[in-house]
Amino acid sequence: MSTFPESVVTALGLIGGADPVLWSIVARSLMVSAMATAIACALGTLLGAWLGVAQFRGRGPALTFLNTFLALPSVVVGLIVYLLLSRSGPLGFLGWLFSFKAMVLAQAVLVLPVCTALTRQVVEDVERAHGEQLQSLGAGPWLRSGILAFDQRFALLTVLIACFGRAVSEVGAVMVVGGNIDGFTRVMTTAIALETSKGDLALALALGIVLLGVVLLLNAAIAALARWRGVVGDRPIALEGAPA
Amino acid sequence: MSALLQLKNVDVLFGRVQALAQVSLRIAPGERVALIGANGSGKSTLLRVLHGLVRPATGSLLRDPATRQAMVFQRPFMLATSAQNNVALALWLRGLRWGEARMQALPALARVGLLEMAQRNARALSGGQQQRLALARAWGLSPAMLLLDEPTSSLDPHAKRDVEALMGEFAGTGMTLVFASHNLGQVKRLATRVVYLQQGRVLADLPVRDFFEGPLGATSREAELFVKGEMG
Repeated sequence: MSTFPESVVTALGLIGGADPVLWSIVARSLMVSAMATAIACALGTLLGAWLGVAQFRGRGPALTFLNTFLALPSVVVGLIVYLLLSRSGPLGFLGWLFSFKAMVLAQAVLVLPVCTALTRQVVEDVERAHGEQLQSLGAGPWLRSGILAFDQRFALLTVLIACFGRAVSEVGAVMVVGGNIDGFTRVMTTAIALETSKGDLALALALGIVLLGVVLLLNAAIAALARWRGVVGDRPIALEGAPA
Repeated sequence: MSALLQLKNVDVLFGRVQALAQVSLRIAPGERVALIGANGSGKSTLLRVLHGLVRPATGSLLRDPATRQAMVFQRPFMLATSAQNNVALALWLRGLRWGEARMQALPALARVGLLEMAQRNARALSGGQQQRLALARAWGLSPAMLLLDEPTSSLDPHAKRDVEALMGEFAGTGMTLVFASHNLGQVKRLATRVVYLQQGRVLADLPVRDFFEGPLGATSREAELFVKGEMG
């Protein structure tokens, strides 16, 4: 087993030397998480925006149920999706188990409650403050949810980035439904787990550094977005020369 | 004269709180009605009932469904998009195609002197400009009756004057105005009739001159004190 400094040097060499194995894992990982986030956010934004505006009997328990799913362990999601996709499961006919699609589905299921709950909160806050004015213009609940989601699009972009961060950094679900098959379903997190157990710390460390870099970039994007919202959304006067 | 809108014995309850109690009101075309009273007296609730945003617990609201009306709030909510799109949205919600709505938004913006700001982010406008934009949004709908909830109370004197001037111009076209205000000078300048509310009840409903100059009588003692307090 290499020493820590040796592993770091080798890891940096793998990153700098464009190691094909490393970068194929990174590319696959980003692709799976991007597709899962896109699917989950398309559904979650619609559902969350509607929940933010709609008033119906049982709304309170429904929101409690939804918020419970925020803390859903990823291995449990993996297990559920595994049971759904297994040959005897209801979706077994798809033949997706241990495939790229299965990993996308599992991460989408994992991220959907996050996107729904955060969108619901964003839209509900603005609906409470200003929904009545849209109602006075003739907008019913469906239209209001769409208009308010559009109005809060910058906040929802932050939600999207947060969802991607959750997806790309999880390991349990993709491990269970993907199987961590080399060159096929191996992603950053599952590869780190495997290489660490094998003692190949250099590749694990290289992947860890890339993963940290991705998360760092996402956080920087969220911070930049927040600053930009401050400029174009609420405080543009001084910067754009708008009248006071 | 036929009424644009009529309330009969309306009660509004928010939980255990009675916001309006046995309110009856008849609003004729072309009237300029000021709703006055202390905070929590029911002015805003009454405006919301008149606009159909709050449903009375008891009593009735009679309104010709063909009558167009619009409402302007104390702090207008503008979407984070251009001023033109904000006005167009109201027209689109009334059934116009989006392209047509955007075209029709321009004369409304010109009406309130904001044509040059059409492409500016509405959130970037000042408070006074946003309130004028809200008036443009309402004006674009060609309402027979415009309801305004303390439209100038959060504005500086300059913006207040601009908004008040627009309200006067709108009234000059024959539009019926019903507005809540704490500004008794504004009420004198704009209103033809004053409705004084206290704890959800109408204590006085008089022509503006009678309200400010005539003896209000025993039932309107509270209104008299309110006016004196405000003016003193």
